[in-house]
Amino acid sequence: MIANHSAAVEFKRVMKSFGAKRVLSDVSFQIGQGQALCLLGRSGTGKSVTLKLIMALMRPDSGEVWVDQDNVVGMGEHQLSLVRKKLGYLFQDAALFDSLTLYENLALPLSRLTKKSKDEIDDVVRRVLTDVGLGTDSAKYPSALSGGMRKRAGLARALVLEPKILLADEPSSGLDRITASEIDELLLRRKTEHGTALIIVTHDVHGARRTADRVAVLDKGNLVAFGSVDEVSQSENDVARRLITE
Amino acid sequence: MRWLSRLFEFVGKVGFFSLQVLVDTLRPPFEFAQFSRQLTEVGNRSLALIIVSGFALGAVMTLHTRSTLVTFGATAMIPAVQAVSFFVEIGPLVAGLLLAGRVGSGIGAVLANMRASEQIDAIESLSIDSFRFLVVPRVLACVIALPFLTLFMDFAGLIGGFLSEVLSSHIAPALYLNRAFDYLQWSNFIAPTLKTAVFGFIIGSVSSYFGYTTDKGAQGVGEAATNSVVVSSLLIIVADVLLIKCIFFLFPDTAI
Repeated sequence: MIANHSAAVEFKRVMKSFGAKRVLSDVSFQIGQGQALCLLGRSGTGKSVTLKLIMALMRPDSGEVWVDQDNVVGMGEHQLSLVRKKLGYLFQDAALFDSLTLYENLALPLSRLTKKSKDEIDDVVRRVLTDVGLGTDSAKYPSALSGGMRKRAGLARALVLEPKILLADEPSSGLDRITASEIDELLLRRKTEHGTALIIVTHDVHGARRTADRVAVLDKGNLVAFGSVDEVSQSENDVARRLITE
Repeated sequence: MRWLSRLFEFVGKVGFFSLQVLVDTLRPPFEFAQFSRQLTEVGNRSLALIIVSGFALGAVMTLHTRSTLVTFGATAMIPAVQAVSFFVEIGPLVAGLLLAGRVGSGIGAVLANMRASEQIDAIESLSIDSFRFLVVPRVLACVIALPFLTLFMDFAGLIGGFLSEVLSSHIAPALYLNRAFDYLQWSNFIAPTLKTAVFGFIIGSVSSYFGYTTDKGAQGVGEAATNSVVVSSLLIIVADVLLIKCIFFLFPDTAI
């Protein structure tokens, strides 16, 4: 299952349905290492499903999903766990574990998936939390955090294993413009300083303009536009053009 | 006939889910930290409810038993009736039903909330087997904790009954205990207490099934909590009937 290309993520003719509803229809695209792709589209057009297919939290009905150099479709759990170590996932509502403190949320993947000592885990957790501006909040539980803090904490957990590819599901949703901009800044820094590939599902066109090398627009399960922000803004597809310009 | 096919489908799914729990319980790696956390949640935090309920039930039962036995001039039998009924049936069954209410609803709601808020997806995304991490420790905690909670319920009931009897008849503690344990054999005590491990397995696996497999978002949280309590309570009562027959078969003396 080794691909002969350098794409960070590639979809090849991917189809996905839930019952009678077709969510993704013959979708193909790729994004290179260290690039940022923003997925735009109206609600319910399969953007979050796309991220879950990359993380192999769902299986497509047909097609191939390549992550780095592995086709994750049909992989066993053991192989998947190796691929998932290359991926970080910022969930829409952060999905922090309620019963664990912020520190424990970040330490959990480190203690489970690496051979780091307790001191090393302490160092990594404190550094990552400080990077996202939550250095003094490590003892707090998720319920004690504001929406923006939760997003940053979710981002910290997604980054704690130093992933090659970061998936972010609406990182700025529900946040004020300033906080959203701070989150975008963190994502951008990750790309420029660490060469992390970003795939961001967003409705925030301002954020997309700042962070994206490529923009993909999904509409009714179809990929209707793909290219740079300028290219998509001149697309012949009305939905794509309106999403990026209005 | 449609309801019948849905019933069989449900039984099959829960059965397969429970089987997976059994298999994963025996397969390393073991989630000791999670198990310890759940044991505290299931055991320690249910203790007050169990003790208070047992005490009150013991006191009330003695009052009722007394009013009946007085008619037959058999009030001397009150301690024995109290002890045998509590250790053999009331303690195990009521402890199981109370735990189904307190812990079953909690497990169902917590796991359903974790599913709705994508926390289970987040666990999977971290290459952690969510089933082994969330479900197995909860079921195991219920299996281990319930027999111990049953013992607390039994003795709390005995103390409640004793205090109630002391207030009515001023019976001496030594005499009460003597009469209470006169008719109680080890087989009356061990088998019924151990059968609650099966109740614990039912509570843990049924509640986890409803919470872990829900796909209805926030609405699913309430449904999972309710279904966990209703179905596990029902299954406990049905299992009790079957287990009593097993106990009678294994320990024929107790059937007399």
